[in-house]
Amino acid sequence: MKLVLTVNGRPVSLEVHGATRLLDLLREQLFLTGTKEGCGEGECGACTVLLDGRPVMSCLVPALQAEGGRVTTIEGVAESRAGSALQEGMARHGGAQCGICTPGMIVAALAYAEDPASAESMGEALAGNLCRCTGYTKIFEAVAEVLGRRP
Amino acid sequence: VRSRLEEFGIAAPTSLEEALALLGEPPPGRSATPLAGATDLYVLLNAGQLEPTTFVSLLGVPELAPAMRWAGDRLSFGALTTYTETRRDPHVRERLPLLAAASRELGALQIQNRGTWAGNVANASPAADGVPVLLAYDAVLDLASRRGVRQVPLDAYFTGYRKSVRAPDEIIVCLSVRAPGAGARHFFRKVGTRRLQAISKVVAAGVLEFDPSGAVARARLSFGSVAPVTVRARRVEALITGQRLAPGLVEAACRAVHDDVSPIDDLRSTRAYRAALVERLTRAFLVPEPA
Repeated sequence: MKLVLTVNGRPVSLEVHGATRLLDLLREQLFLTGTKEGCGEGECGACTVLLDGRPVMSCLVPALQAEGGRVTTIEGVAESRAGSALQEGMARHGGAQCGICTPGMIVAALAYAEDPASAESMGEALAGNLCRCTGYTKIFEAVAEVLGRRP
Repeated sequence: VRSRLEEFGIAAPTSLEEALALLGEPPPGRSATPLAGATDLYVLLNAGQLEPTTFVSLLGVPELAPAMRWAGDRLSFGALTTYTETRRDPHVRERLPLLAAASRELGALQIQNRGTWAGNVANASPAADGVPVLLAYDAVLDLASRRGVRQVPLDAYFTGYRKSVRAPDEIIVCLSVRAPGAGARHFFRKVGTRRLQAISKVVAAGVLEFDPSGAVARARLSFGSVAPVTVRARRVEALITGQRLAPGLVEAACRAVHDDVSPIDDLRSTRAYRAALVERLTRAFLVPEPA
C-alpha cells in the first residue's frame, strides 16, 4: 500500500506492506535507526516513539494504522526544547550506558514532560522502559532535573 | 519479525458494514482476524506464532469509536475504548474505579495508549487483567456479524482456554458495565513479579455492596490466571450474599474459594503459590486493611 504520514515534522510517502511494523518502517525504509528493537513484544520500551503525541511501542504498530499519523522518533526530539534538554540531561548525568534503552527512555520522558497528567509519577511514566544495564538511578536523576521535580 | 509478512494481509474498513463483510468472507484459504490496538496480536506476529491471516484493522470504523454513554447505572463504551481513555475519564474514576485501576496496572503507558478493553476480552487469555474487572462490574458484550447483533453477558462468554462463544465473523462492538451503588467496596489486586505492568501470577477484582443493616447485598469476586478462563468465585459470592462479614464467615469464604479456582504450575508461578494467593486475596477483599 501507499502510506502517507508525518515523521519528525516532515511529510513522508512510501510503498509498504500494511502489516509492516512501524519500527521496521522507520529503521529500514526511512533509515531512522535511533529507534531500537529490544524485546519485540512490547515489554521493554526500547522502540518507543510518539504517535499523534502519545508514546507507543513501535514494534506493536502496524504501518497501516499509522496512516495519516504524526510520528516523532528520537531523531526528532531535539526540535522541542524539552526534548533537547532531556538529551543533554542524560549526557550530563551519565544516563546512558549501553544506550539501547536511551532513545525510548527519552521519548517516553518527553511524552511525560508534555503531558504530565498521563502518569501519576515520573517512575510510572517510565515504567514501560527497561534499562538492561539497570542504570535507572542516573536516568531518573537526569529526567527529574529536566522536569524540575524529584526522581 | 519472525513471521513472513507476505503471508499476511491487512485491510482497513471504514464502516462496520465493510468490516463485517471482510470478516464474513475472508480471502479464499485464509482466515480474517479483527485487529484493534495490536498489543496482543503483534506480539504473536513478531514471535512467529500466528497462522497466516488477514487482519481487519478496526481503528477506522466509526461505529466502534470510544464514545462513553451512561444510562442509569450502566455505562457502555465502544470497542475501541483504550485503557488511557478509561483511566482519564472522571466519571469512570469515580463510579467504576476498578476500570481506572486496572488500566493503570496492566501495561505500560505505551500499551495503555493502544490496548483496548474489547481486545482484552477477544484475546481470551486466562491471564487478562481487564477481564476480572469487567466481570466484577457485570459486563455485557454486543457482538455483531452480518447476521445481526446479539448481547452476551461476559460471564457466559468464555468456553475454555482461549475459547469463547464469539464466532470467527463476529466482532465486539461495545461493552457495558454496571456501576455499583454508593458505599460499595471496590477491590483490584494484581500480583506479578513487579508491582505494576508485569504479567500476573494472580489477578483479582471484586465488588461488595451492602444493605442498610450492613449485610452483603451483592457480591462479585473474580480471578485471572488461576483457571483455563477468568473465573467468578461463585461459591464465595453465594456464601456471603445476605450475610454480615463476621470473622467465621470470612474464614469459610477463604476455604470455599479453593473450589472456585483450579490453579496450575506454569512458567510464571506455581499451583501452591497461586492457591495461597487466592486465599489471601479473598481475605483482603472481605476484610480491608485499615487505611
